[in-house]
Amino acid sequence: MSTMDKKKFTYYPGCSVKGTNRAYDMSTRSVAGALGIELSELDDWNCCGATAYMAIHEKRAFVLSARNLAIAEKEGLELVTVCNGCYLVLNKTNKYMSENPQLQAEIQKALAAGGMNYRGGVKVRHFLDVIVNDLGEEEVRGCVSRPLSGLKVAPYYGCQISRPFGEIDDPEDPQMMDRLIEWLGGEPVPFALKAKCCGGMMMTTQPEIGVKLSGNILKCARDQGADCIITACPLCQINLEAYQDTINDAMGQDCSIPILYFTQLMGAAFGINQKDLALKDSLTPVEELLTEKVYNS
Amino acid sequence: MANTEAARLSSEFLRHVYELPQGKSIDKCIQCGTCSASCPTSSAMEYGPREIIAALRAGVLEKVLKSNTVWLCASCYSCSVRCPAKIPFTDVMYELKRLGVKHNLYPPDTTNAVMARAFTEVVDKHGRNAETTLLQKYYLRTNMFKMFGQMNLVRKLITRGRLEFLPHTIKGIEGFRKMVAAIEKNGET
Repeated sequence: MSTMDKKKFTYYPGCSVKGTNRAYDMSTRSVAGALGIELSELDDWNCCGATAYMAIHEKRAFVLSARNLAIAEKEGLELVTVCNGCYLVLNKTNKYMSENPQLQAEIQKALAAGGMNYRGGVKVRHFLDVIVNDLGEEEVRGCVSRPLSGLKVAPYYGCQISRPFGEIDDPEDPQMMDRLIEWLGGEPVPFALKAKCCGGMMMTTQPEIGVKLSGNILKCARDQGADCIITACPLCQINLEAYQDTINDAMGQDCSIPILYFTQLMGAAFGINQKDLALKDSLTPVEELLTEKVYNS
Repeated sequence: MANTEAARLSSEFLRHVYELPQGKSIDKCIQCGTCSASCPTSSAMEYGPREIIAALRAGVLEKVLKSNTVWLCASCYSCSVRCPAKIPFTDVMYELKRLGVKHNLYPPDTTNAVMARAFTEVVDKHGRNAETTLLQKYYLRTNMFKMFGQMNLVRKLITRGRLEFLPHTIKGIEGFRKMVAAIEKNGET
């Protein structure tokens, strides 16, 4: 593989990133551009079959993922996603297919009914993994024009990026964003709840539980003196940013803190303009924080 | 539930679990409780993860299915990565969710199940999720008044242009539906 190919990927945005979390999509594309990473969007992709779907239909969820993998296979590149849920289920489909020949045959038969074929083996990557483990320190530092000097950042990984397979990071104490924050000139705070569950869908379906789980995460970051939390998953992002008033009431204390995608933080350190990072989309004072501490410093 | 029915439920469950990668390790559970201690929602569960395996061994799995337990699993995989017997317990929870849905053994007020069902319907129709459609479906089937509690957030999202009102249907929806129909015909959900 040539150096050029190393930076070419097929890109799977996922449903969340096309809706309420479009700022993640925009900032990802902007940051990729600055780093010379070429992302071409997967043609006519469908839902990956994540968590809620798999809870009702398992094999059907695998077929949904496999349809995306089949389309990606034709491109011959690795498939990159920015959503932890998509990342896990696409990987899980590959793994279960390769370990269970009968399942593989059933999935292939279903794909064939819709005129597709997947031989297997399209490598699925998280964008964070590509940045930290493929590009690495030197390339990232080389793009920094506005170092995040003095900015204390709590890296929130969520669940499904390093668990259950733990192939790209430690399942209990992931480090990718911690390292990235340092490369950007900032300071990662020790963050005990960095990989504890935010409550996922339960923020809507069982708010009394979701509010507690997300509340603990916000409180932990505040207690560590963080200026903001960065996320690597659209569902984590919305849970942490959208319910802070409710969380403050429930926790009986102020847990408010700006929440942004790790790609927005990178973009700011790269000096990318605020519009291309969609900072205005934020429900927390991200724009104010970055203007004061990064853009005008 | 008669004994034979309980036995049938357990054996159907175990057959599926044994098919999972490392699924057979469920027989090696030492009841240490690492899963329950790691679970972010076990404090709200009527039966914690450790107790689920105890219930399976005691032949009273249906008690677990009828409780609030399985749909409180958020699929965070903490139990799976910490289990000393390497039981893929999150996948076990998925099996229990599907078993409960199949035999209609979950409590009728399980909001997480209503949401999951609505999610599959939206995806099956369009090929992708559509957040606004999903939430409308969900609140219509649970408590419409709770939707009004979200109005403040909805207003903020609209102001920022973050809400899409119309679902996007994929171009290849015909082929997509054929695939879904084909896997269903195969006898499995």
